[in-house]
Amino acid sequence: MTANGWFQIAIFFALVLACATPLGIYMARVFERQHTFADRFFRPIERLLYRICGIDETHEMRWTEYSIVMLIFSLVTLLATYAIERLQHLLPLNPQHLANVAPDLALNTAVSFTTNTNWQSYVPEATMSYLTQMLTLAYHNFFSAAVGMALAVALIRGISRKESKTLGNFWVDTTRASLWVLLPTCLIYALLLVSQGVVQNFRPYDQATLVQPQTVTATGTDGKTTTTTVTTQSIAQGPVASQEAIKMLGTNGGGFFNANSAHPFENPTPLSNLMEMFSIFLIPAAFTVTLGRMTRSPAHGWAVFAAMSVLFFAGVFVAYYAEAQPNPLLHTSSMQAMHIDQHVSASQSGGNMEGKEVRFGIANSALFATVTTDASCGAVNSMHDSFMPLGGLVPLVNIMLGEVIFGGVGAGLYGMLIFVVLAVFIAGLMVGRTPEYLGKKIEAFDVKMAMLYVLIFPLSILGFSAVSLMMPNLGLASLANAGPHGLSEILYAYTSATGNNGSAFAGLSANTHWYNLSLAAAMLIGRFFMIVPMLAIAGSLAEKKLVPPSPGTFPVHTPLFTVLLVGVILIVGALTFFPALSLGPILEHLLMQAGKTF
Amino acid sequence: MKRNILTAVLYTVATTILFGLVYPLVVTGIAQLLFKDKANGQLIYTQATSGAAPQLIGSHLIGQPFTAPAYFHSRPSAAGNGYDAANSSGSNYAPTNKKLIDRITSDVASNRHDDPDTAVPIDLVTASGSGLDPDITPAAADFQVTRIARQRHLSEDAVNRLVAAHTQPRQLGFLGEPRVNVLELNLDLDRTAPIKP
Repeated sequence: MTANGWFQIAIFFALVLACATPLGIYMARVFERQHTFADRFFRPIERLLYRICGIDETHEMRWTEYSIVMLIFSLVTLLATYAIERLQHLLPLNPQHLANVAPDLALNTAVSFTTNTNWQSYVPEATMSYLTQMLTLAYHNFFSAAVGMALAVALIRGISRKESKTLGNFWVDTTRASLWVLLPTCLIYALLLVSQGVVQNFRPYDQATLVQPQTVTATGTDGKTTTTTVTTQSIAQGPVASQEAIKMLGTNGGGFFNANSAHPFENPTPLSNLMEMFSIFLIPAAFTVTLGRMTRSPAHGWAVFAAMSVLFFAGVFVAYYAEAQPNPLLHTSSMQAMHIDQHVSASQSGGNMEGKEVRFGIANSALFATVTTDASCGAVNSMHDSFMPLGGLVPLVNIMLGEVIFGGVGAGLYGMLIFVVLAVFIAGLMVGRTPEYLGKKIEAFDVKMAMLYVLIFPLSILGFSAVSLMMPNLGLASLANAGPHGLSEILYAYTSATGNNGSAFAGLSANTHWYNLSLAAAMLIGRFFMIVPMLAIAGSLAEKKLVPPSPGTFPVHTPLFTVLLVGVILIVGALTFFPALSLGPILEHLLMQAGKTF
Repeated sequence: MKRNILTAVLYTVATTILFGLVYPLVVTGIAQLLFKDKANGQLIYTQATSGAAPQLIGSHLIGQPFTAPAYFHSRPSAAGNGYDAANSSGSNYAPTNKKLIDRITSDVASNRHDDPDTAVPIDLVTASGSGLDPDITPAAADFQVTRIARQRHLSEDAVNRLVAAHTQPRQLGFLGEPRVNVLELNLDLDRTAPIKP
C-alpha cells in the first residue's frame, strides 16, 4: 500500500461526501414536488407522458397498489426486452449481423437487467446488437434505477407520514427520478466520458492491420496442432458512453463489452475511472441526506451515512492490503530462479496484477471492486476471479451483507432501513421496551416482514449454491478453477444474482441452461422478495400514530446507534455466511500460504 | 388491472423512445461534433502515400500483441487468441490455479532468455483484465531497453529517451499509475530505427 494510493481513495471519498448534500436536498425537493430549476425543462415532458399513458398524477397509492403497479411495469419491460433480443437479427442497427439471442440466455438477460442486476452470461460485443443495447439494456439501466429510487422514496414517505394509508404514486415517483435526476446527469456525464476517450458511434467494427502479425498455434479436438497467422485486429465499437453513464450512475454495471470497465473503450483513463467510481456512490450517498430531510431528522441520515462509511473503509483496507501482496506461490523454493519483481516502486504498482490494468494499478482496482459491490453496481475494472483469496473475499462479503454500504440507487437505502428496523428492535429487546423508530412503534408485523427478507436472501444464495455443487454435469462442469476457489465461483454467482449485483468470478461458464435459469430465479427472488416486504413495512409505518419521544426512546442519530447498526449488519452476515466463506476464500488463503496450487 | 397493464405498456413505449433512442442519439450527435476523434476510438492510420490510401493500423487505446525481440513486448492477453478487440476478456485464473503459475513460469523463462540480468516486472507476465491493456509499467519498459537497443542498433540512452517520451505520468499528477503506451512506443521505434531487413 502506498501514500498515493490512500490519497486517491481519500479524494474519491471526499468527492462523494461533498456532493451528497446538494444532490440529496435536490432529490427531496423533486420527490416532494417542490419547485426546482429543472422544472421548466422536464415539467412539459412529464405532463405529456402522463397524458399519453392516462396517468392521474394526483392519485395516491396504498402499498399494495404501489407493489402491483411496480410488478406489472417490471413484467412488461421484461417481456419487451425478451422480444427484442429474440428478434434482433430482423431489426436495424446491427452492423455485425449478430444472430438472435438463444431463449434461455435472452430470458436470463431480460431478468438480469429488469432487476438492476446486470449479470451477463454472454460476451456483449459478440452477442448484442447496438439497437438491443440501447433499446433494452440501457433502457433498463435507467428504469430499474428509477424504480429503485421510487421505492426508496415510498419507504421514506412511510416513515415520515402519520396515520396515512398511502405512499405516493409509483408512476410519478419513477418519472421524476428518471427525468429530473438520471437523464440530465447522464447527458453531461456521458459527454465527460467521451472527452476521456469512451467511444460513442454506430460504426461497424473496425479492421486494423496489426503492426506485428501474430502466429497462433491451436490444438484441435483431434490433437493436431494448427498454426495460423493473424494479421488483423477487429475493433468493436458502439454507442458506449451514453450507456456507460447510466450503467454507473444507476448502479447497474452491465458492460457494453465483456471486459466491462476494464475495457479501454469503457474506461480509458484514471480520470474516467474516478468519475465511474464516484457516480456509483453518488445517488446512494445522497439518499441518506434525502432520508434525513424528508423525515425531518437530518442527524439520523448522517448516522446511517456514518455506518455505511465505516463498513466501506473496512472493505477498502482489506481489499487494498490483500491485492498489494505478492503472490506467495511465485516465491516458493522450486521457483527461486524465477526472479519476478512484484514489489511496489516508483515505476510499478507491483502486487497481484493478474486481471488488472496498468493504468489503474492496485489501489484503483481494489477501490473499484469494493465500491462496485458495496453498491449493487457490479461493474468491474479488474477481474475479481483473479483477486487474491482475501481480496476476492471483500466483494463477496459486501454483497452478502445485503449491499447496504451505500448500496444500489434506492435499493441500498431500503435495504439499510430493513437493518435499521432490526437494530431498533434488538435495542428495544435489550431494554425491554416496545421499539420505536422516528416516532413510530415497531411491531410484530414490521419485524416479521424484515425477517422474511433476511431469511429468503441467504436461502436463495446458499440453497442454489448447494444444488449446483451436488450436480457434477450441470453445476461443476462450468468451473474454471479447481479447489476451494471453485466453490467461491459458484457461491459468488448466486450471491451476485440474489444481491442483484451482477459482478462475477467470471471464470464460471454461466451460459448454460442450468445457470441461466437458476440465476434468473435467484435474481427475481433477490429483487422482489426484498421489495414487497419492504413496501409492506412502509405501508404499515405510514398508518401508525406518532408517539412523542420519551426518556426511554432509543435515539437513532447517535454514534451508539451507528455502532449498533454496524454490529447488526455484521452479525447477521457473519452468522449466515461464515461457514460457506471458510470453505471458500478463507481455506484458499490458508492453502495458498502453505504453497498449494490447484 | 387491465387499465394498469395498458398504462404500463404505453409508459414503456413512450419512455423507450425517449431514453432508448433520443438520449443516445443526442449524445452521439454532440459527441461526434465536439470530440470526433475520441468518439470514434482514436484510430491510428498510416501516412497516405501517393496511390495508396491510409491504412488503419490500430487504436491509441487498444493494445496489440508484440512478441518479436525487436519490439517492446506487451502484456500477455486472454482476449481470444490474444488482443482480440472483439472478444475482450481476462484469464480469470485464481491466484492458486496451477495453469496461472505454469504460464507465468514459462513467460518469465522466455523473458529472462532475452533479458537475463534483472527480475521481470510482474505486469509483463500477467494478463490484464480486458486482454486489451494498451500499457505496460515504466518498470516493464526499462526492463526491455537493453534488448531493444541491441536489436535496433541504438544506444541505450536513445532508447531510454524514447521510453521517457512515451511515459505518461499520473493523470493530474496523482490519479492512476504511470504507464507507457506500447503501440505508440513501438510505432515511434519503427520510425526512429526501422528494422533492417
